[in-house]
Amino acid sequence: MKQSEFLNVVMPFKDKLFRLAKRLLVSTEEAEDATQEILMKLWDKNDRISNYKNVEAFAMTMTKNFCLDRLKSKQASNLKLVHSNYGDENSSLQNQVEANDSVNWVQKIMEELPEQQKMVLQLRDVEEYDFEEIGELLNMQPTAIRVTLSRARKAVREKLMQKHRYGIG
Amino acid sequence: MDRIEGLLEKYLEASTSIAEEKELRAFFSQESIPARLEQYAPMFQYFSLAKTERFTKQVPLKTKRINFKWVSVAAVAVLVFGMYFGNEYQKQKEIDYAYNETKKALSLLADNFNRGTEKVAYLNEFENTKQKIYNNN
Repeated sequence: MKQSEFLNVVMPFKDKLFRLAKRLLVSTEEAEDATQEILMKLWDKNDRISNYKNVEAFAMTMTKNFCLDRLKSKQASNLKLVHSNYGDENSSLQNQVEANDSVNWVQKIMEELPEQQKMVLQLRDVEEYDFEEIGELLNMQPTAIRVTLSRARKAVREKLMQKHRYGIG
Repeated sequence: MDRIEGLLEKYLEASTSIAEEKELRAFFSQESIPARLEQYAPMFQYFSLAKTERFTKQVPLKTKRINFKWVSVAAVAVLVFGMYFGNEYQKQKEIDYAYNETKKALSLLADNFNRGTEKVAYLNEFENTKQKIYNNN
C-alpha cells in the first residue's frame, strides 16, 4: 500500500482515534502522541491492512488498549498524567468551551467518570457508534453496554444538576 | 415538548436509537430552549462540540525498511550464478589447455614423421640403382 492510499484509509477516522485518546488520557499532548503512535503502528502493518475487514474498528481497539496501558503504567509508577491544556489558545474548541462554562463542566464531569463509562459515552454520544460496534471495540455484551451507558448518562446529568443548583460558573 | 421529555427519559435509560439521539442534539443546539429543559442543554451541546475536535499533528511515515528476506534471496542467486559461470570459465580454460597440449604433441609427432619420410627417401636410391642393374642385364 502506498503512502497516499494509506492516508486515504486513515484520514476518515484519525480524528476519532485522537478524541478517544484524549477522552482517556485527558492531556492533548499525550493524546496527540498516542494517536501518532497508533498511526505509525498501522503504517508498519500496512501490507496486512487490507486483510482487516474494518480498519477503523481495529484502529480504535488499538487506541483503546494503548491508552489503557499507558494509564496503567503511569499509575504503577505513581505518576499522574499531567495535562497542561488549560490555556491552549490555538485550540478553537478550548475557546468555544470557555465561552460556555456549563458546557465546559461536562468535559470536567466526564473526566471523573470510570474509564469504561468514559469510553461508552464517548463512542455513543460523541462518535455515534451503534451498540454492535461498541461491543466489538470494548468486548462487551449489548446489555452491559446499555447499563454502562445509562449509568454514565445519569451520572453526567446528576453532576450537571448539582453544579446548576449551586450556580457555579 | 412532551416528545423531547419522553426522549430524554429514554435517553437516560440508554434505550434511544441513534436517530433519536440526533434529534435530541439538534433540539438542544437551537437558541431558545424552554427553561425546564435548559439544564440538559450543556450535555448535548458538549457532545456536538467534542465531535469537532481534530487531530492536526503530522505523522512522519517512514518508508518501508529494506526487506532482508529478499536481499538474502538475491545474494544466494548471485552466488549460484557466480559458481555456475565460474565453473564454465574454469572448464573452458582446461579445454583450451588440453587443446594446446594436444596440438603440441601432434606437431611433434608430425615433425618426427617428416624426418622418417626423409630417411625413407633414401630407399628410392636403392630402387633406382636396382632398376639400372636390371636394365643393364
